Amino acid sequence: MNLADAYSILWADLVVLRRRILRYLVTTLVSPLLYLVAFGWGLGGGIIVDGTSYFAFVVPGIIALTAMNSSFTGAGTRLNVDRLYFKSFDECLMAPISPSSLLLGKALVGAVRGLASSVAFVILAVLISPAFALSPLFLASLIITCLLFSFLGVLAALISKSHEDMGTFSSLILLPMTFLGGTFFSLSQVPEALRFALYAFPLTHSSLCIRAAVLEQPFPWTSFLVMVGFFGVFSAGCYLVLKRASI
Amino acid sequence: MSSMIETEHLSKGYGKKLAVDDLNLMVNTSEAFGFLGPNGAGKTTTIRILATLTKPSSGRAWINGFDVMEEPSKVKEEFGIVQQHMSLNRELTVRENLELHGRLHHIEKMERRRRIEDILDYVGIADFAGHLIEEISGGMTRRAMIARALLHEPKLLFLDEPTVGLDAQARRKIWDLIRGMKSDGATIFLTTHYIEEAEALCDRVGIIHQGRLIALDSPLELRRSLGLFTVESRRNDNNTEYRYFPDRDDAAEAVKALPPGGNVVMRESNLEDVFVELTGRKVTG
Repeated sequence: MNLADAYSILWADLVVLRRRILRYLVTTLVSPLLYLVAFGWGLGGGIIVDGTSYFAFVVPGIIALTAMNSSFTGAGTRLNVDRLYFKSFDECLMAPISPSSLLLGKALVGAVRGLASSVAFVILAVLISPAFALSPLFLASLIITCLLFSFLGVLAALISKSHEDMGTFSSLILLPMTFLGGTFFSLSQVPEALRFALYAFPLTHSSLCIRAAVLEQPFPWTSFLVMVGFFGVFSAGCYLVLKRASI
Repeated sequence: MSSMIETEHLSKGYGKKLAVDDLNLMVNTSEAFGFLGPNGAGKTTTIRILATLTKPSSGRAWINGFDVMEEPSKVKEEFGIVQQHMSLNRELTVRENLELHGRLHHIEKMERRRRIEDILDYVGIADFAGHLIEEISGGMTRRAMIARALLHEPKLLFLDEPTVGLDAQARRKIWDLIRGMKSDGATIFLTTHYIEEAEALCDRVGIIHQGRLIALDSPLELRRSLGLFTVESRRNDNNTEYRYFPDRDDAAEAVKALPPGGNVVMRESNLEDVFVELTGRKVTG
């Protein structure tokens, strides 16, 4: 793998992102802010969850959710459009760079967008409630979240045969995670069998790690390792699909 | 003479249909080779295999001696490509597209900048370098694609229908660029369904029909195999009869022998005639 090649792929998106950063941030913050108002202040006002206010509980979950959505869309939807409609992905495939550099570059496109959205939301959240701790563990959890969902986006884009397929993937995979991945409620509130099933979602582990880091609770290292595992599985999946599809 | 492209029993199937069927081909270094055939004949599939984008079902191919399947990274250094569809990044400017291509081909920064300015001048779009792709015309876009294909100074250029959808003026400009590339020593592999394009630009032409190479020679020799002159005569059943003759005199004799008052045209034959006689259908059909 050549990191300079991966950066070249990322560079093109950074040029575009720099041109549209304000519009991008405004667009990407609408959804988490609506969740914050509806669930944090509206529905959850006065509720205590696991010993903290619901607002303090839900903000880290929304950070994880924002990272997931922005990274997946930033990498997956853009690649899907480049591959199937603009056909500009062919040019990357014909460039003398390794498949792993190409995939890392495409995933970094999503990860950078995910980080930009998440950091913007974190800044707003800290302004609203300065109690959050922004530690290295928080940053590490956020970065691994962005990377794993970027690679999931790349994987979805590589196996999709149409834009509709990406929509189907979002509806069947991302939407259930959005509401069941430990964002809006504590896993301690659900029956044990369901809790076990919810651990199959990578977002559950992202929420647990980010929440623990932000609220200065004992850090769930097992969940962090599970995220690293998901990252490995998704990136390996991307590599296999790309190698199978092209020479 | 060394070969730039070589294929051996190359085939590609999609389901039961063979898009490329047992293709054996050799394109010489510095040659302008035309692949002529109607839409769906297998031209683009052949280019996609040679450009490492599509795996063949069977057979082998080499670019400048490098095996396309075994050494794709070396093959990718050898060619530039102008695809039939617009494949530039629409969110970037012309210059940024070239910058990206230069980076991906590992051209050193100062050299990259120099080449980008030179190539923008060469293809005549320097004034549009700072424009987003979505802001420029189809002809300008095609020239930007040619600039990108030339930037890393490849030995081989794949041009897949390079003038499709362009007006006559833009088409002539692209033809001049292709002639310039050829005189600079590049090998040109051009697919087209425009007869006049193949005749104007190519040293040799391969005619492909339903995935199979059915004729291969210079445009002149392909015409000579049929007859250099054509007599078209309108029959009573409203169909046109085409007859071919080796020279003008024979064709003129045939015209004289026809009943007076009929609708008769005598002209030089072309590759369209060759294609129709070989396949029973028109290239543009």
